[in-house]
Amino acid sequence: MNSDKLQITTPSDREIALTRVFNAPRRLVFDAFTKPELVKRWLSGLPGWSMPVCEIDLRVGGKYRYVWRQDSDGTEMGMGGVYREIVKPERIVATEKFDQAWYSGEAVGTVSLVEQGGKTTLTQTMLYESKETRDAVLKSPMESGVAASYDRLADLLGGTK
Amino acid sequence: MEPIGYVKGALAQLDATFAALADPTRRAILARLASGEASVNELAEPFAMSQPAISKHLKVLERAGLISRGLDAQRRPRKLEAKPLAEANEWLERYRQFWEVSFGRLDALLLEMADAELKTRQPKTLDSRTHGKKRGHTKRNRK
Repeated sequence: MNSDKLQITTPSDREIALTRVFNAPRRLVFDAFTKPELVKRWLSGLPGWSMPVCEIDLRVGGKYRYVWRQDSDGTEMGMGGVYREIVKPERIVATEKFDQAWYSGEAVGTVSLVEQGGKTTLTQTMLYESKETRDAVLKSPMESGVAASYDRLADLLGGTK
Repeated sequence: MEPIGYVKGALAQLDATFAALADPTRRAILARLASGEASVNELAEPFAMSQPAISKHLKVLERAGLISRGLDAQRRPRKLEAKPLAEANEWLERYRQFWEVSFGRLDALLLEMADAELKTRQPKTLDSRTHGKKRGHTKRNRK
C-alpha cells in the first residue's frame, strides 16, 4: 500500500520529520507509543537486536529511557529524555538524546497523530539545536549528490521539499 | 575484534564526514571532484574565493578522508574518496531501515490491539459465520 510508505522530509532548517499512515484509530497508536509493554513489541530495533530497557514515566517532566542491545556481541545503544507536553491521544513532545550522540545538544521530538476515516497519520519530528546539527545528522549528504551511492539517498529523501 | 572500540571509531569517522559535508562550498568541491580530479587552482576558479580559503576547505575534506591527493606532484590534484561517503549513506539507510522495520511491526501490533478491543466490546458469542469475517466487522464499525 502506497499510503503506508514512510516519508522522511525536512520541514524546516532544524528539523527532520518522518510521516507514516497507520490503519488504526489514533488512540491505539497513542497507546502503542506510550505503554512500555507495547513500545517494546515494535520499537525493538533491526533484526538481531532486542530492547532490554523501556521505561516510560508518562507525565510532563517525567523521564523515559530506551536501551537496545545487539544480541550477537552485546553492543548497547541507549537514549532517553524528558516529556515536555502530553496531549492524549494526539501529541507527545519530549527531549531526546542518544548516549553516544554524534551531534551536539539535545533534540526535541514531537509525535503528532491525526486521525481521519479510521486511519492515523503519524508525524514524528526531530528538532535539533541548529541547522548545522540537523545537517550533520541528515541533510548534508543528500545535497552533495556526489556519488552513485546517493541514488538510494534521493530515494530516502524523496518527499523532501 | 573489540566491538565497542570499533563502534566508537566508526562514529568518530561518521562525525568527521558529516561535519565536513555541512558546508556548501565543501559540498560543491566534492561535486566538482565527482567528475574527475582537479588542482587547487581549478577548484578555486568557480568560487569567488582565494586559493588559501579553498585550501582550508580542502584540508577539512582531506582530514575527513573524503578526498586525497593524486599522483602528479606538480599539480597536486585532489580526488574524491568514495568510501566515507558510502558509509555516511549507509548510516542513513540504516536509519530508514530502522523505522521501516519498526513501523511494519507497529502495523501488526495495531491490528492485534484493534482485534482485542473488538472482542472486549462485543462480548456476545459470535456464531461461526460472523467469526470468520473480520472485514465485515471493521466496515460495520466505521459507519
